[in-house]
Amino acid sequence: MQDTPNAVEMRGIVKRFPGVLANDHTDFDLRLGEVHALLGENGAGKSTLMNVLAGMYKPDEGQIIVKGAQVRFSSPRDAIAAGLGMIHQHFMLVPTQTVTENIILGLSEPHFYLPMAELDKRVMALQEQYGLKVDPRAKIWQLSVGEQQRVEILKMLYRGARVLIMDEPTAVLTPQEVDELFVTLRSMTASGHSIVFISHKLDEVLAIANRVTVLRHGKVTASGLSTIGVTKAQLALLMVGREVVFSVDKKPAVPGEVALSIDDICAENDRGLPALRNFSLQVRQGEIIGMVGVAGNGQSELAQVITGLRGCSCGRVLIAGEDIANMKPYAAIKRHVAHVPEDRHGVGSSPGLSLADNLIMKNYRESPVSKGWVLNRSVVRKQANQLKTEYDIIAPSIDVQARLLSGGNLQKAILAREMSAGPKLIIAVQPTRGLDVGAIEAVHKVLLQEREKGTAILLISEELEEIMALADRIVGIYEGKNMGELPAQTATLTQIGLMMAGTPQGSAQTKEQ
Amino acid sequence: MIDWIVILQAGVASGTVLLFASLGEILAERSGVMNLGIEGMMLIGAMTAYKIAVVTGNVWLGMVLAMVAAGVLSLLHALVTINFRADQVVSGLAINFVGIGLSTVLGEGLSKSGAVNLLPTFSLPLLSQIPVLGPILFTNHNPMTYLGYLLTPAAWFYINRTRPGLHLRAVGEHPAAADALGINVYGLRYRYVFIGGLMAGLAGATISLAVSPGWFSDLTTSGQGWIAVGLVIFAQWNPWRAAAGSYMFGALRRLILDLQGPQTLLFFANPFYYMPKLGFFLQMLPYALVILILFIGSREAMKKRLGTPAALGVPYVRGERGL
Repeated sequence: MQDTPNAVEMRGIVKRFPGVLANDHTDFDLRLGEVHALLGENGAGKSTLMNVLAGMYKPDEGQIIVKGAQVRFSSPRDAIAAGLGMIHQHFMLVPTQTVTENIILGLSEPHFYLPMAELDKRVMALQEQYGLKVDPRAKIWQLSVGEQQRVEILKMLYRGARVLIMDEPTAVLTPQEVDELFVTLRSMTASGHSIVFISHKLDEVLAIANRVTVLRHGKVTASGLSTIGVTKAQLALLMVGREVVFSVDKKPAVPGEVALSIDDICAENDRGLPALRNFSLQVRQGEIIGMVGVAGNGQSELAQVITGLRGCSCGRVLIAGEDIANMKPYAAIKRHVAHVPEDRHGVGSSPGLSLADNLIMKNYRESPVSKGWVLNRSVVRKQANQLKTEYDIIAPSIDVQARLLSGGNLQKAILAREMSAGPKLIIAVQPTRGLDVGAIEAVHKVLLQEREKGTAILLISEELEEIMALADRIVGIYEGKNMGELPAQTATLTQIGLMMAGTPQGSAQTKEQ
Repeated sequence: MIDWIVILQAGVASGTVLLFASLGEILAERSGVMNLGIEGMMLIGAMTAYKIAVVTGNVWLGMVLAMVAAGVLSLLHALVTINFRADQVVSGLAINFVGIGLSTVLGEGLSKSGAVNLLPTFSLPLLSQIPVLGPILFTNHNPMTYLGYLLTPAAWFYINRTRPGLHLRAVGEHPAAADALGINVYGLRYRYVFIGGLMAGLAGATISLAVSPGWFSDLTTSGQGWIAVGLVIFAQWNPWRAAAGSYMFGALRRLILDLQGPQTLLFFANPFYYMPKLGFFLQMLPYALVILILFIGSREAMKKRLGTPAALGVPYVRGERGL
């Protein structure tokens, strides 16, 4: 392997953002025909480094060498011309356009008129060559996430990319789709492509990569380490700089009465298409239900229906026996339903208001926060300061605007607000997405504390490890239907993957009747 | 009695104004920039066209300079919203006021300066012989009306069947994706905001040189720029629908005038004849309709169903994190 020439070399890359040093003299090299994993925690600078390589960002210092020659990219177009294609974590696809339109986007040929039938055929031919099947005429929004990823790969191959940079490619896939992706990646390296695989998942790195480079706080802690003979624990140590506990301590569940009962709910998504189809679910006091599903299968809509943010066309939402379906969100708030929403900036907080105002957003109607229609500012400030200390929200003061808080601190603020109201039911959607390890631990601790207090919790997450660690029962959702439930202790990844892909498991068959 | 052929023919002629303005706005909005300043840009266009035509006697020069004048104003909007990332609604309203103010000041006393060579009207051979459609569409129209017939399919074809159109749609739907593939997002947004300005200028010139010749201060456009804003939503950003809507609104404006003429309507006494004040109510209807369209079109769920460009109104910054 030592004689194999490098496809790409990066030397001493420095990239600064206001207040952050994202890459601190980082080196990276990629050999021809290898899968090179770039491992690190959220915020370690992996994506930034690769965005520099892909021409999205300009480095403040350092040089990039492609096939022996130094290059300077001023835009992604330059990088693509040099054979480097990046597949972003959030897919860069235009949802309203077809597969073929997305693939030819940004090219200069054909220059004006687009003969779509012929272009579709060309895309089909490319698909045959690499075994990446997807209907060229389908619109992107109609495709599953796995199919969208294939479109991204095709887009780069169509441009003749020899180096593919994949940013967290498995984050949105079912376990089965991950396996398919790995098969594709191996066939691509066999045909001479080189792949950078950005990830924070140790198992996957060991499964697919030939070598691994580990980043921590923008610095390289292991450079081009061969994955042969390396253990997960060693990599984890390099990644976080301390031993990581892979499981969460939790006492056995003591399920009480049914706190939330969803009966036969149907609801539409924003496009007016069915999002929930006769969905039923029960959550008991003192247990965590973990809901798994590929994004866009109705889990967001479910959380919105329960919390009153979305109407439903049939069915009932019973909170402690009372139907609150199609009522306003206040109906749920009054019944002590806490909501930790997916969209922290739009739904979970009001970015332009102060931290203090965000913290009282659910109890501002009540004494002593308000008297009649007047807010008691001194009580507001006292409460806000208390919560800030109690939940360790790091902010210069309670008067700072919510939009200036980091993701982790904003999430702590939302949790503080929701938990301080004494919830009986918590709907938590993607509560740890994009947070660093410390903040994730804090979120998990709060959820487990609430569970021990006897609160019913519905946890909707795409992080399977999180679901496996926290949940007592695991429920699958696929195209708005309940795919059954499994006890968390005995559930396997294969079973969960099947539920996410639409094959009912566990008790689902009996529920159908 | 009401002569429907005349109403429709006049509707097509005056609807051409709305058509130009809304086609331009469709292109701008498809690229992600909303320009509420159409009314102001049309006024600048109308005033410039008429003034240049009066001074030089050349209507075509007036027409070209009208487009340039409105185009320059639209570039101001582009600078403020694309580079400085100002709120598009606020900037659009400001552009509107600038347009109204400038045109009123520069057009002072212009209405008294006498008649101008109007655009010639002519009928198209053969096509004007078609029963019903011939008299409505192809008889005694000015060249602008015929230009409108060409621009509608051309705009549709450009947006949906060509590479520049594909890139235009991508920039308005997902600018980050377009940027990642090397498409110049700012450049394209500038281009289409400018084209929107040129078209608004052309719309204004069409009023002051052809449809209702002369300069009558801000009554020249009488709010048609705002109707065009509503039409774009009503048309779901589709040129064909915009054409249908424009001609419909054009005919409606004429119908409202004609309704106040006859003493009887369908054998009944015509209330609009005997109570002229009701005419104001009729004249209000198109504008009320626009408010309704804007109201419906602004709902979040409705936006997705209508196919509103996803990035409409959102400034683009490369590598913007969070928020």
